[in-house]
Amino acid sequence: MRVPLSWLGEYVDLPDDVTLEHVHEALVAVGFEEEDVHLSEVTGPLVVGQVLEFTPEPQSNGKTINWCRIAVGPDHASDEADVRGIVCGAHNFAVGDKVVVSLPGAVLPGPFPIAARKTYGHVSDGMMASTRELGLGEEHDGILLLKDLGLDPEVGTDAIPLLGLDDAAVEINVTPDRGYAFSIRGVAREYSHSTGAAYRDPADAQSPVARQGFRVDVADGAPVRGRAGVSTFITAVVRGIDASRPTPPWMRSRLRLAGIRSISLPVDITNYVMLETGQPLHAYDLATVAGGFTVRRANAGEHLTTLDGRDRALDVEDLLITDDDGPIGLAGVMGGERTEVSPTTTDVVVEAATFEPISIARTARRQKLPSEASRRFERGVDPAVSRPAAERAVQLLVELAGGTADTLGSVYDVSIAPSAIFLAEDRAGRMMGVDYTTAEVEESLLAIGAAVEPADGSFTVTPPTWRPDLLTSADLVEEVARITGYDRIPSVLPVAPPGRGLTREQSLRRAVSAGLAASGLTEVFAYPFVAPARNAAFSPVLDGPDAATPVTLANPLDTDAAEMRMSLIPGLLDTARRNLSRGLLDLALYESGSVFYVKPGASTGTDFIPVGAARPDDETLAALNAGLPSQPRHLAFLRSGSTVERQPGQAAQSADLADVLDDVRTAVRQVAAEVSVRQGRHVSLHPGRTAELIVAGEVVGVAGELLPAVAADLDLPRGVVVAELDLDRVMALARVEPAPVPISAYPVATQDLSLVVGADAPAGEVLEAVVSGAGELLEYARLVDDYRGEGIDEGSKSLTFALRFRATDRTLTAAEASEAKQGSVRLAGERFGATLRD
Amino acid sequence: MSDTPAITESTVESAVAAALAAVEAASTVAELKTVRGEHTGEQSSLARMNAGLRSLPNDQKASAGKLMGAARGRVNQAVAAREEALAAVEEAARLESERIDVTALPVRRTQGSRHPLSLLQEKMADIFIAMGWELSDGPELEHEWFNFDALNFDADHPARAMQDTFFVEPVDQHLLLRTHTSPVQIRTLLAKGVPVYNVATGRVFRTDELDATHTPVFTQIEAIAIDRGLTMAHLRGTLEHLARQMFGPDAQIRLRPNYFPFTEPSAEMDVWQPNAKGGARWVEWGGCGMVNPNVLRSAGLDPDEYQGFAFGMGVERTLQFRNDLNDMRDMVEGDVRFSEQFGMVV
Repeated sequence: MRVPLSWLGEYVDLPDDVTLEHVHEALVAVGFEEEDVHLSEVTGPLVVGQVLEFTPEPQSNGKTINWCRIAVGPDHASDEADVRGIVCGAHNFAVGDKVVVSLPGAVLPGPFPIAARKTYGHVSDGMMASTRELGLGEEHDGILLLKDLGLDPEVGTDAIPLLGLDDAAVEINVTPDRGYAFSIRGVAREYSHSTGAAYRDPADAQSPVARQGFRVDVADGAPVRGRAGVSTFITAVVRGIDASRPTPPWMRSRLRLAGIRSISLPVDITNYVMLETGQPLHAYDLATVAGGFTVRRANAGEHLTTLDGRDRALDVEDLLITDDDGPIGLAGVMGGERTEVSPTTTDVVVEAATFEPISIARTARRQKLPSEASRRFERGVDPAVSRPAAERAVQLLVELAGGTADTLGSVYDVSIAPSAIFLAEDRAGRMMGVDYTTAEVEESLLAIGAAVEPADGSFTVTPPTWRPDLLTSADLVEEVARITGYDRIPSVLPVAPPGRGLTREQSLRRAVSAGLAASGLTEVFAYPFVAPARNAAFSPVLDGPDAATPVTLANPLDTDAAEMRMSLIPGLLDTARRNLSRGLLDLALYESGSVFYVKPGASTGTDFIPVGAARPDDETLAALNAGLPSQPRHLAFLRSGSTVERQPGQAAQSADLADVLDDVRTAVRQVAAEVSVRQGRHVSLHPGRTAELIVAGEVVGVAGELLPAVAADLDLPRGVVVAELDLDRVMALARVEPAPVPISAYPVATQDLSLVVGADAPAGEVLEAVVSGAGELLEYARLVDDYRGEGIDEGSKSLTFALRFRATDRTLTAAEASEAKQGSVRLAGERFGATLRD
Repeated sequence: MSDTPAITESTVESAVAAALAAVEAASTVAELKTVRGEHTGEQSSLARMNAGLRSLPNDQKASAGKLMGAARGRVNQAVAAREEALAAVEEAARLESERIDVTALPVRRTQGSRHPLSLLQEKMADIFIAMGWELSDGPELEHEWFNFDALNFDADHPARAMQDTFFVEPVDQHLLLRTHTSPVQIRTLLAKGVPVYNVATGRVFRTDELDATHTPVFTQIEAIAIDRGLTMAHLRGTLEHLARQMFGPDAQIRLRPNYFPFTEPSAEMDVWQPNAKGGARWVEWGGCGMVNPNVLRSAGLDPDEYQGFAFGMGVERTLQFRNDLNDMRDMVEGDVRFSEQFGMVV
């Protein structure tokens, strides 16, 4: 809402030295955020001049300029008494016309400084300005002629106050609960609350006039959410206006500062009254209205051409103003073209109505037509202001447009008085922690216009008609706090009961992240929006392509990325590409975040939604939660380029699968789990370089090298390695409590074991057999060599393991260790046909 | 076999003197080894004289033996001392030869970094945890009821229109990406009951295009406290504590009336940053207020018995003004150079 200061000052006393900053500060204190200031960029001297004579002078460039002699009054004369010579390219003036002259030293918006300058063989000693050059409008068909504004001031008059260029406006943000503040009336009241300055309600300036005879039928056959679409509907007829008269400069100036374009005098008057009172108004050309008005919902298939010239298909929920020939207005949103006021209109019907907020909000949204009127109705308009506003419009049409108020009109008013609210005397104090006196509470509520009846220890408070947002005692408490000032609220630190600290999962997630960063990875976050193809390429991380379906957004920012990620890897790939494109070639990235998918057979959402302000029963809550897609927290890694760069005495080491498997181990170790790997497959990963990640016997993720074709598609280099884990699942499978055993101090017995197995036997699985076969005496085993070649048959390999045996209760003999080793050989033999190498 | 000298004081002394001179002359451990062989080995004078003890008459054996023992002892001692000295010299020389340029050693392990948004979330959450509050998580993809209805947003509230909220297909199934962390409040109230002192952090989503000051995916931290007798004074106290922990002991809080569906009274919160770059100033930080009775009712609580406060702020915004960062895009693009500046500490 933009508030011109001159206008504000009509309804509340402003200090003589009022500044924009002061008004902003006063309004911020009562809850209106500062948005902007609007002021004229024109500085003087700007005076009224009169054309004494002019000589057209054709130029070699084909243009004709006028060499003019302009009277500017004795105070502004230059060489000759009160006359200046000015070159002008416009031709829309005649001798005797009064114009606006910007003299040397003036600055017009641009900024465009005016100076005496030599042009077309003359010294032009100033400039005759157009409406646009003055920043007053878009008209630029010639210079501004003051007679067009209905003005005939004396030559030499200062044009700055004449045109309202000395006025300025503050712009404030009005929160959705305070619709009444979309008016000078409301803002003046709030300024008065903040400063205590005397307030005059513009609604009080009008006395209701009895009008009748104009037929208005209200027939709302389909109220939205059970609420009737209209509660007041006032009409008043004014006859014999001159719709072509210019809008006076003071009104133009205020409208302009308020951000409203001047259109025609009757329309400007309705807009002016709307800004002043908060009541949207509409003026119809009476001659074009067939019969009377009916307010009703649209019929299926009905159309209306609105004032903006657009033909609109109407929805059966749209509330309409109709005459006997059909729709003539989209109630509370925009009027229709057929009954529009034109320059030849003589008789008008003014409408001031109160429409139901939700009905208007829905229509405005549906028609994508947010208007000044709908903005106000959506937030609630004071039903008691419709009559005074109509009278104010009539008054201005009579005064400014030369009309005559008629007795023809109508009054429909079924508005309901606001309900009283019970407020315990100490309620505000108990909620705010402030020692308000009873008198302070009462006075604050009286100040906002409420009726307050004190009773035993409480108040019965009836909010004013312009505050439909005040419904509960909490709303009243805010008013008391606001009026007395939020600065009154003291500072007290509450003492919470002893807490549990972080949960196990929260601690572990932090540990994982800290561990990964400490081991050289950089944490990144990608947006969760991906293209379907990316989900298809990376979703089967865990469950296979048919196991889950993606979640799709109804209104994505980018229609190519409408799905929610099922894997973190696409985001890592994008992030890697961005870094690579910036010349950062050696990357070690990780992301911890949610992925989203719907499990087969799971429901998606619910076809109902419980009401608010009441706890749904357990069954309903369970249904709401059951409808949520799975969104486990995953952890993913990406490495590309070198893990060690080339340096003196150090060859470069390229990142490979072993590195991301180490990253996986680091992460899994942080949550007290152990991971093992198995040869795996994945549609987007190298068929021979893909590992399934297994925790407690369950596949929890995958690691691998990006397929060259996939890398090429994404402009990534070859050899990018990635891994992804379901971190929630890993934490669920991890041990919760450590189970340590005493450490044996008995001597160790170390032995090597070389087994010959088929060349394609997975070494990791042979190692598992060695460990299982050796039994409890085996403390540690590690694969130390994989040999193929001389002495080993083609198609076989020799795997050598270093074994460490130890007993918990005695010194092992060599025979015992060998016996245990034989167990390894037996089991590896059973599983893989392994034989002891000679 | 050469002649074995007789065991006399002078012969023994001369053999010892020769041995000691040779030991002293040895300049390397290897040379010393040779010297030791020559002067104490089987063929040495001392060894041969010692072997001659056996053939001496019994009455001379004792004195001669004593003489020989002392002589051999002196030689062995000298050898040992010399060996230690030479070894020390040689070790020193070897170490010197092993000198490397420690300023040019290869770096084999690169250093990683946390994202500052994660670090800041943890830092802020820890301030509450230190006061006994608890940290809760909630789903990013939410049911509309938790995001709106339960928080006193009317069915026709403008925020529920498509221009702000990402809805999930099909829209009549009421799923969306949470637009704030406030659904966690309801979940926490439903799950834990009262009293509750809870903080939640996480990602939230609004349909804003990415630019220098907006991002469709951002992070919030939000707190709720519901108990008997909590007032807006407790809200101010908690905010002031948070501000001082974050910005130093001179930080202050200013509350301005505002509107949010889920709080009444509501306030916009500014923080006075005494150490802001470019001078101390008020910075808009977040929204807050007393939890609306309808929100408590949504969680099955009686607003006549319990009341409390809630507040929330953007973590990106906090990072922006705390660390004087101008462009939101740096926080979301994942350029590793951005996080590297923070390392493990925000």
